[in-house]
Amino acid sequence: MSDRLSVLKTYKLFVGGKFPRSESGRVYEVTDSKGKWLANAPLSSRKDGRDAVVAARKAFGGWSGATAYNRGQILYRVAEMLEGRRDQFVAEVADAEGLSKSKAAAQVDAAIDRWVWYAGWTDKIAQVVGGTNPVAGPFFNVSSPEPTGVVAVVAPQESSLLGLVSVIAPVIAAGNTVVVITSEKAPLPALSLGEVLATSDVPGGVVNILSGKAAEISPSLAAHQDVNAIDLAGADEELAKALEVAAADNLKRVVRPQAVDWAADPGTGRLTAFLETKTVWHPTGSLGAGGSSY
Amino acid sequence: MRYARRYAHPVTMPTVPSHGNEAAERLASMADVTASDGALRRFLHGLPGVDPVGLEARAAALGTRSIKTTAKAYAIDLAISMIDLTTLEGADTPGKVRALCAKALNPDPTDRETPRTAAICVYPDMVATAAEALRGSDVKVASVATAFPAGRAALPVKLADTADAVAAGADEIDMVIDRGAFLAGRYLSVFEEIKAVKEACRRQDGTAARLKVIFETGELSTYDNIRRASWLGMLAGADFIKTSTGKVAVNATPANTLLMLEAVRDFRATTGVQVGVKPAGGIRTTKDAMKFLVLVNETVGEEWLSNEWFRFGASSLLNDLLMQRQKLSTGRYSGPDYVTVD
Repeated sequence: MSDRLSVLKTYKLFVGGKFPRSESGRVYEVTDSKGKWLANAPLSSRKDGRDAVVAARKAFGGWSGATAYNRGQILYRVAEMLEGRRDQFVAEVADAEGLSKSKAAAQVDAAIDRWVWYAGWTDKIAQVVGGTNPVAGPFFNVSSPEPTGVVAVVAPQESSLLGLVSVIAPVIAAGNTVVVITSEKAPLPALSLGEVLATSDVPGGVVNILSGKAAEISPSLAAHQDVNAIDLAGADEELAKALEVAAADNLKRVVRPQAVDWAADPGTGRLTAFLETKTVWHPTGSLGAGGSSY
Repeated sequence: MRYARRYAHPVTMPTVPSHGNEAAERLASMADVTASDGALRRFLHGLPGVDPVGLEARAAALGTRSIKTTAKAYAIDLAISMIDLTTLEGADTPGKVRALCAKALNPDPTDRETPRTAAICVYPDMVATAAEALRGSDVKVASVATAFPAGRAALPVKLADTADAVAAGADEIDMVIDRGAFLAGRYLSVFEEIKAVKEACRRQDGTAARLKVIFETGELSTYDNIRRASWLGMLAGADFIKTSTGKVAVNATPANTLLMLEAVRDFRATTGVQVGVKPAGGIRTTKDAMKFLVLVNETVGEEWLSNEWFRFGASSLLNDLLMQRQKLSTGRYSGPDYVTVD
């Protein structure tokens, strides 16, 4: 028996590439599925949400301007780093969701694969949802998808890691930046994911992770004039309705909560939800009597 | 304080503003300390030394006040009304100056209740454009002058620069002191130069533009120098003492502004003349601005809490104040999409 003191981990938020405590100084107790204490997690306030939006807005220019290929490399890097800390995440997911080790491992593997899946999509989505359009006139007409901006996400409450990855990876793969509110009762895998993101070349501010009560933080994010879209995946019916009303004020894009099997093939629905289509009309045809053209 | 007692007027005197004839008489009563280079040096070096640790601790402590709800709304409106909205770029065009004037007159087009800024601050060649755009309003035109920002020109050039801006319609002149002369210890030449510029601020009709004296505190090296420069500027007739040009690495800080506020307070206790303070450069957020307002209130009191006696030299600060104002009035966080890009 070693007489080493146990080293307890202080879980912290992930905002702007840093690991701050909540501005409010508050924490709450996180327990496993049987009610045994696991750790204290920060209980974020509205101001943490505001700070996260500022960080996300600051990061947006660089991230949306990076090449799709580069974004793909970085997302793949996240999968690599997650693979390296697989055991830690298996333990955290098992505790958080009350799963057996093998079931938790399946969740973590699926989450890693999800990063790889979206990493592959970054430079392919433009070909799928964009392209040239046939138009009746002397124009070369091109549509290309562009990221929406800063996206607020209420992460799924039950699936602490796979569900979380399934909602944030498509948002950033599309070139947006994200402020995510973790599952309230199982925030630890999400907060640990922040440590993975911090060491995977993801620029600070692209992903901002807040733990706490969705009902407390999300209304001010939904009403925030500098947030461009909101994903209500983890909001209950009543909260989702209130958030949708608040989000209408500056015409945010809203993804309504729906029953999703996170283990299933995700498709491209969550990628395209946060893309805007830019269409350019380029004149073609003869420039003059000589017959030269563009 | 010893220096205040030594030079204090024997009877308590009413406060007079720095512009106006009474102020000149009061300053004349201090003529013995400015009679010669030696006397001025003895006076300035006789000022008590600054305790830098204490000063910074005091400034930091006053910066921790929490200001919320109605007090915050009051502070935001007050800060907006104190801004000298500034554009001092080589790339300034008449169009940009006019756009900024429009913003000064109506900072938030979505809320007409928003107060106007105190002034527009431009280079002398843009004064006529700004004066035209602001005609009939209470927003002042301030112009930098005297070979801003370095101040490296001969005195006749500086005076011509000043007279030119005043003739073009400037209500206020922001001059820079000759830091080279100050640091070399030629205090009297700095003193005479400020007096000459003050004279150049006079208009034909006997009125005068208010004179702000910029010390460029970031170049003065020590807090003792800032205290000396403050007294030197006020003795020479400054209407405002201003921290910096905004063109060097270190601009207005809470500590150097606190020091200048203390100098202004002590100067009034000594001479009865009230002088304004203008921190400039590097104040970008509402939180910063409110810290400065706390410094003013706690150091010199409410008499300075108006744009007659306290100003912010700033440009991006206004947008942050407007966003905070929108947050308070609508309950929603605002964003940079809802204010102008300038």
